[in-house]
Amino acid sequence: MNEKILKAYASAPKTWVWKLLAAFVVVCVLAWSGSAVKLNNPTGKGLEVAGNILSGIFHPSAKLLLTFGTDGVPYLLLETFCIAFLGTIVGAVISLPLSFLSASNLVPKWIAMIGRLLIAAIRTIPAFVYGLMFIRVTGPGPFAGLLTMSLCSIGMVSKMFIESIEDLDKRILESLDAAGCTTFQKIRYGILPQLTADFTSTIIYRFDMNLRDATVLGLVGAGGIGAPLIFAMSSYRWNEVGAILLGLIILVLIIEWISAKIRTRLARG
Amino acid sequence: MSLYDRIFRPRRYTLSDGTVVAEKRSRAPLVILILLALTVVSVRITGFNFTVLVTKGSKFFDILKAMFPPNTAYLGKIWQPLWDTIKMSILGSFIGAVLAIPFAVLAASNIVTNRVVVFLVRLFLSLVRTLPTLVCALIATYIFGLGTMAGTCAIAVFTFAYIGKQLFEIIETVDMGPFESMEALGATRLQAFVTAVFPQVLPTYLSVSLFCLEGNVRYASILGYVGAGGLGLIMNEKIGWREYDSLGMILIVLFVTVIVIETISHALRKRLT
Repeated sequence: MNEKILKAYASAPKTWVWKLLAAFVVVCVLAWSGSAVKLNNPTGKGLEVAGNILSGIFHPSAKLLLTFGTDGVPYLLLETFCIAFLGTIVGAVISLPLSFLSASNLVPKWIAMIGRLLIAAIRTIPAFVYGLMFIRVTGPGPFAGLLTMSLCSIGMVSKMFIESIEDLDKRILESLDAAGCTTFQKIRYGILPQLTADFTSTIIYRFDMNLRDATVLGLVGAGGIGAPLIFAMSSYRWNEVGAILLGLIILVLIIEWISAKIRTRLARG
Repeated sequence: MSLYDRIFRPRRYTLSDGTVVAEKRSRAPLVILILLALTVVSVRITGFNFTVLVTKGSKFFDILKAMFPPNTAYLGKIWQPLWDTIKMSILGSFIGAVLAIPFAVLAASNIVTNRVVVFLVRLFLSLVRTLPTLVCALIATYIFGLGTMAGTCAIAVFTFAYIGKQLFEIIETVDMGPFESMEALGATRLQAFVTAVFPQVLPTYLSVSLFCLEGNVRYASILGYVGAGGLGLIMNEKIGWREYDSLGMILIVLFVTVIVIETISHALRKRLT
């Protein structure tokens, strides 16, 4: 018995050279990137600021947190929620045709390549650049933010859509064909049931992300809770920062909880 | 029986052998109704307006058009911030990924039997995850001063939260058989974890980390906007000066970099799994 184990050990592939090489490469890369770390502010003022932020979060400005006007936290959160929600929906609607056109099992290879390149290009431009572009169209405000969100969603959403489309089980379509179904029936009973769960799950996941990323929009004045947050931070009003962060954290946690619930239900069928 | 089923009674079929089957009514109308209501509210609040989009939509391309042809003379000044961005994302991803391991282990309910610990660690991970990366970067610039250090920090925090969650979910789905047999042989829980669970999760963990690194290169380019170093810094500068042709050059360089890194990481990830 023991002999057998030893034999099995001896016949195991020897990969230590590769492991050593990989480790060496990783260490080299890390050492190279380590040069990025330079401490510019060694005065220790940093800890004081960190303390202030923490105390701000634990002593949020109640006035801001409980005002229900357009400058209170509840309204700002609602606005952020709406931007993220509509942005996700518009983005998903645009992604649908785009991803069907870039799925390599449905269209010729070269069309799929063009589609993928387009998606990669859309993904590359950072959100705040889009924000600036859209502000020219709509003027500053939540509308610009909404358009930015939808364009930013396209990248990831269509990437995941494509993956689900490429996993499609084509045999079902063939059997529907054999049963004499029309094209519409094939889409309704062959394709939709396979894709809806995956697609919904992707969209909900992206909505979750959009809600978090919506703070970026505030930088360029495209609405949402980002702008007041950044103003409060740059003028060191930590209590207001605390109030806004607290509101954001609660909202994100609630949405995350709901979306996790829906997604597990979808995954189970 | 839920409320919905009580209002809309399930449809009943009588089969040929006399048994009665009930089919629950589809939830789709309810879902669509909720979505429609939310959409209407969102349209109201965000001021969504199609006419503006149609009449002034062409202005969107103003900046885009100004970016072409890109200013190739500017290329020489892009390298330094580009390396900064890549360095920031590699180092930040590494720190975050390594830090995430102990937390993920503590958050996995099949390894740690103490429910309180699991709950607290998970709560901590979710709290960190709710913090927007940009806010992290801003706070980091206050603490570490402007520069790449703040960016590295922000990326590390983001990576930590993301990988922490992914990793504990991976750990919870491993085959616990080897772990139990190691324990039965007298190994401590730590020894059993390292020899039985770790090899199972390692490939997926590395793959998730690489995936995170891909995304971080993109993120790192935004962080510069708040002064956390890297490409965002010069992007912000060029936008401020309205030198859109230089901005176009930066974006092209970023595009190529992201594609190169994605290709490398995609190839590595294919090998891992």
